[in-house]
Amino acid sequence: MAEIVIKGVAKSFGAFTALHSVDLTIADQEFMVLLGASGCGKTTLLRIIAGLETPTHGEVWIGDRRVDHLPPRERGIAMVFQNYAVFPHLTVFENIAFGLRMAKLPQAEVTRRVTRTAELMHIEQLLKRYSGELSGGQRQRVAVARALAMEPDVILMDEPLSNLDALLRLEMRAELKGVLAESKTTTIYVTHDQVEAMSLADRISVMNGGYIVQADRPTQVYRNPAARFVGSFIGNPPMNFLPAKRSENGRWQVAGQDFEGPETAAAEFAIRPEDMHPAEAGLEAEVRVVEPLGPHTLITAQVAGQPFRAVLESDRAITPGEVITLAPIPDRIRWFDPETQKAIA
Amino acid sequence: MSDVTIAAPREEDVHRAGRFVFWAGIALLVLWVLVPIWFLFVNALSAPSEVTSFPKRFWPSFDLASLQFFWNFQGVTAALWNSVKVAVLTMVLSIGMGAPAGYALTRFDFPGKEFFRILVIMTRAFPLPLLALPLAVMFIRTGLDDTVLGLALVHTMLALPFAVLITFSLFSGIPVELEEAAWTLGCNRLQAVIKVVLPLALPGIMASAVFAFVISWNEVFAAAVLTIENRTLTAFLLQSLNVSPLPLKFAGGVALVMPALIFIFAVRKYLFAMWGIANR
Repeated sequence: MAEIVIKGVAKSFGAFTALHSVDLTIADQEFMVLLGASGCGKTTLLRIIAGLETPTHGEVWIGDRRVDHLPPRERGIAMVFQNYAVFPHLTVFENIAFGLRMAKLPQAEVTRRVTRTAELMHIEQLLKRYSGELSGGQRQRVAVARALAMEPDVILMDEPLSNLDALLRLEMRAELKGVLAESKTTTIYVTHDQVEAMSLADRISVMNGGYIVQADRPTQVYRNPAARFVGSFIGNPPMNFLPAKRSENGRWQVAGQDFEGPETAAAEFAIRPEDMHPAEAGLEAEVRVVEPLGPHTLITAQVAGQPFRAVLESDRAITPGEVITLAPIPDRIRWFDPETQKAIA
Repeated sequence: MSDVTIAAPREEDVHRAGRFVFWAGIALLVLWVLVPIWFLFVNALSAPSEVTSFPKRFWPSFDLASLQFFWNFQGVTAALWNSVKVAVLTMVLSIGMGAPAGYALTRFDFPGKEFFRILVIMTRAFPLPLLALPLAVMFIRTGLDDTVLGLALVHTMLALPFAVLITFSLFSGIPVELEEAAWTLGCNRLQAVIKVVLPLALPGIMASAVFAFVISWNEVFAAAVLTIENRTLTAFLLQSLNVSPLPLKFAGGVALVMPALIFIFAVRKYLFAMWGIANR
């Protein structure tokens, strides 16, 4: 059992606050992705869990032990670094065996575990090589094998795929997901790549400015962003936002159109680009740029003077300068509080 | 690209002139270093009678009489042995203190870090003659005068800034993630240094040790002031320079220059690390 509980963890570097009182519970064997732009505090949070950084406030629990005062080696974690951190003076075999030797396991057990994890990561033919003789992708495999060989309760990964080229990244992503699901460890995975986050995670914690803005299943994060930031950060292209005005009949005026809305004093209208279709009545959009993407066509337009994007079926030819009417799918419309930036349920 | 052409000198001429200046500069620098060394070797390896003759032959006659005379000269072997002892002790002390200091400068942020770095360099800002006399007085009071340890301490002070700077640069070249990975794999700080950092830095540390050895080996002023009975080779030669014949001076010069030259040549690659040029 390795449930991870983070209670009120905060971290300041001098005057700069990297994390503001973060609370998060990660279930046993869960794959949790920390997602955010650079500087949002995701790597700091991971390093605090690893023990490479000391929190200014708060507690970190792994399993039923409080670990925030323990050195990394006593936390039952293994970590995969962005630049792999494969020891250059040791062979691949000795790299994978490094932690096992530190734990003083018998030679037979060391050999068994190194062989097994090397097979798992498809590097059994590289065991005698040094890291200088390996490609980036192979080094990545060694780093993951070294972490898996420890059979840790928790695996921490800091942007492990960001140094690989696009094709290799796709391949490793699928492989990692399979291997980690099988290893039954709890995984915390830091990335700035939303596609990686969506495809790997059981749950995603979206981080911004040192806060966790939303922690939920990928589809929830995508469909029901808890805050305006989540909608604007996740999705490519991101969510569209339009100002809305309460009309006298209790409904909402958005770009001259009437919509059902929440019972609040102020609200902002939001819709994902793919949640619209051309119709007789709807939002009037003046098309600026048309980008055919094959199955879909990406339209960049202006609605009520605001930039607005739509992903439409590619069966109809649309030309720049044209004015089209787009009808949002009613149950995909989301509303945000302009004051707090939070979603209105 | 502008399409206005200025009447420029022909590209070929510019190249030729540039090449000439380049090679002339190199030749000058090479001669600057090599001519004195050539003089030293030619005279040391010639018969004593040839030393004062002119013109010089390019290749020496490989007459070992001068060197033999030098070797059998009263006190030379003792002085040589003292030089070795002081240099080895200097090497051990300056790496033993310099490498941990270099590591601390690389990995830790502590108050006064920048001041400490300046302080390290500042030890070289005071001319040795200024320090040697007060030191001699202090050494006589504490009983360190005329001992191998006393002189090695002074030489360590001279070599330490280089040891600190070279090892600082070496450790800076080793990614901190390697150490962090070792911590997550079961090492404490010291174990991570021993198992990961030291093996990677070892060639450079050896080089910086050799450099400390050479600094001590070549040092003459403190050695002459602080020792009387236990003279090092440099101090011994300085003392007997006035009274010894020319062939002895040349032979002594070769005995001094040889180890330094060989060592520095062997570790030249790593000494560049001092200027922050990558050592791998």
